[in-house]
Amino acid sequence: MSSPARLKLAGIIALLAGICILPSIVRPYQLDFLIFLFINIILVVSYRMIVITGEFSLAHAVIMGVGGYTSALLPISPWISLPLGGVAAAGIAYILSFPLFRMKGFYFLIGSFAAAEAIRLCWVQFINPFGGFRGLRRIPVLELDLGDFLYIDFGAPVPYYFFALIVVIVSLVTMYRIENSRFGFVFHAVHHKDLLAQSVGVDTRRYRTIAFVTASFFAGIAGAMVAHYITVINPGLFGLPRMLSILVWVLVGGLGSFAGPVIGVTVLSIVDESFRGYQELRPAFYGLTLIATMLFLPDGLVSLPSKIMQWVNWLRGREAGGATKQE
Amino acid sequence: MTQLELVLQTVMNSLIASSFTATFAVGLVLIFGIMQVINFAHGELYMVGAFSTWFLYSENGVPFFIAIVLAIVLTAAIGFLMERGLFRPMRGNVFGGLIVSIGMLFILQTLAVFLFGQGLMKNITPYFKESWHVFGIESVTVAHSRLFVFAVAVVILGTFWFFLRRTRLGWAMRACAQNPEAAALQGISISKISILAMVISAAMAGAGGAVMAQLVRITPQMGHSVIVTALIVMIVGGVGSLEGALIASIVYSFFHTFITTYIGGEVATIWGLVLMLVVLVIKPTGIMGDRESV
Repeated sequence: MSSPARLKLAGIIALLAGICILPSIVRPYQLDFLIFLFINIILVVSYRMIVITGEFSLAHAVIMGVGGYTSALLPISPWISLPLGGVAAAGIAYILSFPLFRMKGFYFLIGSFAAAEAIRLCWVQFINPFGGFRGLRRIPVLELDLGDFLYIDFGAPVPYYFFALIVVIVSLVTMYRIENSRFGFVFHAVHHKDLLAQSVGVDTRRYRTIAFVTASFFAGIAGAMVAHYITVINPGLFGLPRMLSILVWVLVGGLGSFAGPVIGVTVLSIVDESFRGYQELRPAFYGLTLIATMLFLPDGLVSLPSKIMQWVNWLRGREAGGATKQE
Repeated sequence: MTQLELVLQTVMNSLIASSFTATFAVGLVLIFGIMQVINFAHGELYMVGAFSTWFLYSENGVPFFIAIVLAIVLTAAIGFLMERGLFRPMRGNVFGGLIVSIGMLFILQTLAVFLFGQGLMKNITPYFKESWHVFGIESVTVAHSRLFVFAVAVVILGTFWFFLRRTRLGWAMRACAQNPEAAALQGISISKISILAMVISAAMAGAGGAVMAQLVRITPQMGHSVIVTALIVMIVGGVGSLEGALIASIVYSFFHTFITTYIGGEVATIWGLVLMLVVLVIKPTGIMGDRESV
């Protein structure tokens, strides 16, 4: 194993160790924050999988809601309904992919928005079984009950924290492996060289559908995890504001690399959390960050180090230029 | 109220809704035609128009019509700043334009919450107090404030059409929408036309908000439902086609108002969205053909 790879591995292990001891350090409400951060990480990384095939979707938040609603409504053990939530989300995404992938670019964006909003309004409209505006309450929490031997109530923050951590790690590893497999390379090819990929016999639409359905599966899991933790869901939770937050996190972090969205959601959530006293100013902060990123840092936060180097070099160059002129 | 009277009332409501929707959607389509930007903050310009009318007229006692004019001037100024600061650096980048407009949406909403608060009921004492009985039928009424919306919308759209069809600047604007390179070669400044288009579009949204202020609940989120309607109209009418937007506004408003009256609001919006999806799948260019025609 080469030295940089070993360093990377050591870094990941140190990070994991840090994350594992966090629950004993932080306060309870901060644990809540971390759990939602984990769930959001699944969301943004799965969203990136759609984006690397070249299409921006505005349906991801609602697809996540599909997972949440399915898992909450199924009258079976949450342990089974939670993955089924992911399957349902993937199923809905597969059905949606037929009309949506006839479109591209702007039309896809608007089409996905329309489809998602229609689904969301169905939750509002059909009070039985979706509960209308007020949504669903008393969703069962996850419990591990092995009789006298072991009982863990995952409704409590600390056990759920570790559960969420395991789900995040499994999801991230899976998605990383997919992206770096032959499949994942085709995703990139479909994005950057659409026509070329077609000319060598790649069915671009099929690959876009696969990416969309896979990403939706993970979004559904994320939605089910939210449902079984807060035990109350309503249509407002999965509306346009959440979709826009996902978009902001992904874009601010940077779409170019796997780590980008994770960095984006982590940094923005932490800054957001420190704005706690100024609740009502938070959207403006998001807006400003988004605009600043698009104008000055189009490749996202991941490109910040190299960008800073560029600026420093440019400044030095100017100083040097100014000096020569004076002479 | 008999069945016939209910139909008549609904037709009246639909006409007024379509006049407003047309004013709003035409502005959105104009921006897309000239700059290839979907301005998601268009609904927030409408919100700003409503808020400033409420603030000037109800809170500070500025005369009603002056308040409306000031609201329009304010939104036009915001539109000007948005073009210079946001859309111009993003020219040629359809997705970038969309994203910065989403950023602007957040900022304007927060500003409204910050300045005027979220929860307070903001009622405007109606300026027009009487209503008109259609054909003298007692139960079919249209409030004068609604007629005012209709009149303002018709005047705005009429003036805009005259501007586009009969003035040199209007021709230049259409040329820009049809073929920017050719227009630039003829000496038309795309930047100036873009600014003008953005100012007109923002002013239309602001005017819509100003006249609707006495009819709807004024909240920082009021732009959301309006932009959904405008997007549906834009797609159904054909992206970038002003005539299409106009026709689609009328069709969609009748469709929506009738379903709302007889079944319910949510169902109406769901069917509207389904209609939009069907149009996207079957004929993505909408009912009025190709994208370039403004």
